[in-house]
Amino acid sequence: MKTVFEHPKALSDVLMHYCPGCTHGIAHRLVAEVLDELGVCGNTVGVAPVGCAVFAYNYFECDMIEAAHGRAPAVATGVKRVLPNSVVFTYQGDGDLAAIGTAETVHAATRGENITVIFINNTNYGMTGGQMAPTTLPGQVTTTTPYGRDVKANGHPIRVCEMLATLSGTAYAERVALNNVKNVMAAKRAIKKAFEYQIAGKGFSIVELLSTCPTNWGLAPTDAMKWLEENMLPYYPLGVYKDIGGDK
Amino acid sequence: MADKVLVKGNEALGEAAIKAGCRFFFGYPITPQTELSEYLAKRFPKVGGTFLQAESEVAAINMVLGAASAGARVMTSSSSPGISLKSEGISYIAGSDLPAVIVNIQRGGPGLGGIQPSQADYFQATKGGGHGDYRLIVLAPNSVQEIVSLTFDAFDLADLYRMPVMILGDGMLGQMMEPVEFPEHSDRVLPEKTWATDTTQGKRKKNIVNSLYIKPDVLEKIVLDRYARYAEVEAKEARAETYLTDDADIIITAYGATSRISRNAVDALRASGIKAGLLRPITLWPFPKAEYQRLAKTAKAFLTVEMSMGQMIEDVKLSIDCSRPVHFCGRTGGMIPTPGEIEAKAREIAASL
Repeated sequence: MKTVFEHPKALSDVLMHYCPGCTHGIAHRLVAEVLDELGVCGNTVGVAPVGCAVFAYNYFECDMIEAAHGRAPAVATGVKRVLPNSVVFTYQGDGDLAAIGTAETVHAATRGENITVIFINNTNYGMTGGQMAPTTLPGQVTTTTPYGRDVKANGHPIRVCEMLATLSGTAYAERVALNNVKNVMAAKRAIKKAFEYQIAGKGFSIVELLSTCPTNWGLAPTDAMKWLEENMLPYYPLGVYKDIGGDK
Repeated sequence: MADKVLVKGNEALGEAAIKAGCRFFFGYPITPQTELSEYLAKRFPKVGGTFLQAESEVAAINMVLGAASAGARVMTSSSSPGISLKSEGISYIAGSDLPAVIVNIQRGGPGLGGIQPSQADYFQATKGGGHGDYRLIVLAPNSVQEIVSLTFDAFDLADLYRMPVMILGDGMLGQMMEPVEFPEHSDRVLPEKTWATDTTQGKRKKNIVNSLYIKPDVLEKIVLDRYARYAEVEAKEARAETYLTDDADIIITAYGATSRISRNAVDALRASGIKAGLLRPITLWPFPKAEYQRLAKTAKAFLTVEMSMGQMIEDVKLSIDCSRPVHFCGRTGGMIPTPGEIEAKAREIAASL
């Protein structure tokens, strides 16, 4: 009998703490499948963020480091400089990557640090109960924008892939979404490409995964998928924002 | 024996780090430690090392955390305001049981303060700075030659006890030139870094470097275990130097650059018949309490000399349980106490004995 579906070896066989309907589980699985397919789990170091994915160090079978809030790209830089032939990735949320860790993100990218960043954009701080994130949409209600995000008072959401695509060190930046099967398949292809670029020594790669947060959005999981499609996709268009391609 | 060379404190520290096997440095420019970064930027490429100028002190210390996790000997350096920024990362390094060497060439504070020599970061270095229950081993050299030997020790102690070590200097030591020799560094027998996240290579279970323990009983146990290690450091690693203390009535006590000035004051006082001696802590944590307790049995008074408003004085008082009067003589803001000022204070004390 042919096995067509199994638990990825790079994904630990433990119960995850994520809320029902949250897409972190899908994102974790995709990363693990890619590590397995590329056969690099044993040569990989992952860096977990502060935020909902803080326990990611328990979920991957490679060596893992838990970083301070926003500092994962700096920690990953330290690891990669010591182990230049290893595969190093960070897994970060929007608050971690685009608010408190903006400097670390931008400078890792501009240095062309040869690491891969898995970026979960779910438009809010999930772990602390749904506060405004740098990616919270205009008008979106969160616990710290109870009347909706007023861009005059709270500023505008950051489009991370577009911003990082302007930097010479960024080799690959793509935004994908986890709201349906087709997009999940595309997300996996993007993640695989990002890791392949790193293995080829091309520089900084980032995949932004538009994700749902049913608990803090106050929506059923299927409604959350719909909300993502109707509200996030127009503001955060999917696509490849940077791809140096070739053999560079 | 190696030849003597005339070299600046900051540069001697860099060369000693190389001799100690350090090949990774992450830093950010700040006066008065910049020569150390510049020295390593020049030297590291020639010895296969990695020098990286980070985007901030915050990023630099977290790069140190990453490199230490991967098992490397790694160092960062800064000066007072930069150390404040690094304090978050230092707490994480301590909480993750990682070895790393952090250099603080102190300048005047608080705030942006000034760029002249200071010792006003004593509290920050020895009592915390970052959050949580943790300790740093704090080494306080008082000459360029001792910068070399204590840099060797810093890397060994960090690896031996799996904890961050701070070399606490000041702008005077960093900038002064003295003839030094660079002996070859011989390691103590150090434990293998089986905990490092240097990739499993499919040969072992995964390692996790982490400071998060969500269950309070688990976190308490981790901290208690760490403090058992700290107790071992206190028992074995406290160091001090004494000068003319055997018959001294007044023990002048100072570390780093102020200990050199104080020694001159001791000589002047002795020449005029006042029995003064010098007790110089070399480790500020662990604080060499036993030496203070020993001398409290024979001395009549202590005089603490610092380039601060008086910070180490608290440890002096605690060490001797306030069993003798502990006086203070200090300048701050980048001002340096003169031998004359220390002498005058000691004469005042002598007259009251």
